[in-house]
Amino acid sequence: MNAHAATPKGPKLPVAPPPTLWRLFLAFLTMGATSLGGGVIAYLRTGLVSHYRWLDDETFVELMAISQSLPGLNATNMSILSGDRLRGWPGAFFAALGMCLPGAALMTAAAFAVGIGGDDPISKAFLHAIAAGAVGLITVVLVQLGAKVLGEIADYAFVVLTAVLVAFLHVPVLVALLGVGALAIWWHRPRKGTAPKPVDPHFKDHP
Amino acid sequence: MKQLLDLAAVFGYLSLLTVGGGMAAFPELKSLTVDTYHWVTFPELMHYYSLGQLAPGPNMMMVASIGAQVAGLPGAAVVLVAFILPTGLLTFGIGRLWNRLADWPWRPAVQRGLGSVSVGLVLAGGIVLARGALTNTLTVALAIGVFALLMLTKINPAIPIVASGLIGIALYLI
Repeated sequence: MNAHAATPKGPKLPVAPPPTLWRLFLAFLTMGATSLGGGVIAYLRTGLVSHYRWLDDETFVELMAISQSLPGLNATNMSILSGDRLRGWPGAFFAALGMCLPGAALMTAAAFAVGIGGDDPISKAFLHAIAAGAVGLITVVLVQLGAKVLGEIADYAFVVLTAVLVAFLHVPVLVALLGVGALAIWWHRPRKGTAPKPVDPHFKDHP
Repeated sequence: MKQLLDLAAVFGYLSLLTVGGGMAAFPELKSLTVDTYHWVTFPELMHYYSLGQLAPGPNMMMVASIGAQVAGLPGAAVVLVAFILPTGLLTFGIGRLWNRLADWPWRPAVQRGLGSVSVGLVLAGGIVLARGALTNTLTVALAIGVFALLMLTKINPAIPIVASGLIGIALYLI
């Protein structure tokens, strides 16, 4: 598998000058309000790289790799990192605010709406069926993430070990994360004379 | 006040588990909010989670719903700040350190090691969600249908998910 197959190699677009703080906030607010269906990273790339041209693809992929290795939601982390590149810490703050505000407002409103109509059997039927659909979506995310992140048999073993510990043996997530994480990092430890295999950080599907 | 502090502590802790995506924190989210604190029931949690898949923006903004259900608007605000701020500051700091880390020989090892663990956590989250959501033939069929459609086409995921909900209503009514 060519790890870099997903990186577009077309002619490099010129990068536009950084936006004002207000323009930056509006852009992230727009992306935060329109990125329906969980594919926020795809919307971010389309917006920041193709539409506004504030970042080039290389920078976007670089920031993406940092976002995925750290705790925090991918879309929020990406907003913070690209906001910081464009406008320093105020940029990071307003980018994250714009990204989260629409979804957070909607979900807060949803809590009040469900609180009112929560026992209605029709909305229960609707929500339960949506939850089933969401299981399908999570499986897709899993397949895509797995294809990008997992390289050798040992990686799959770490996946299964983590999932069994957490979902079946009810080991606290933090313990599993630190325990299996340390084991997996040790497995991939830098060895003399072997170049580390690159990880494909380009990620454009569902986060 | 005690409740707001509990919310802040729980969601601040949960935010640290979201390596690789919000779903990684789902098993612990379920055990803390449902089993330990009884803020929501498991079906309520699943319903908020699924609604969150339809909302725009980051996929775990549904934590605001739990905060709002427990303590109204202040609850939602406390949960959001606790869930976003600590990891946000961490990301901000690491982002600025990144250039210095670029030649660190352990960096690829950390990235690859945490990569497989985070996929494992997402898998665990999926298993926990599936246990609650896939309760009969219809729900299993819907999950498989959405999976197949999203693997085979470039369709916006919100469309098959809303469609599942509508199928659920239609079958309830007949």
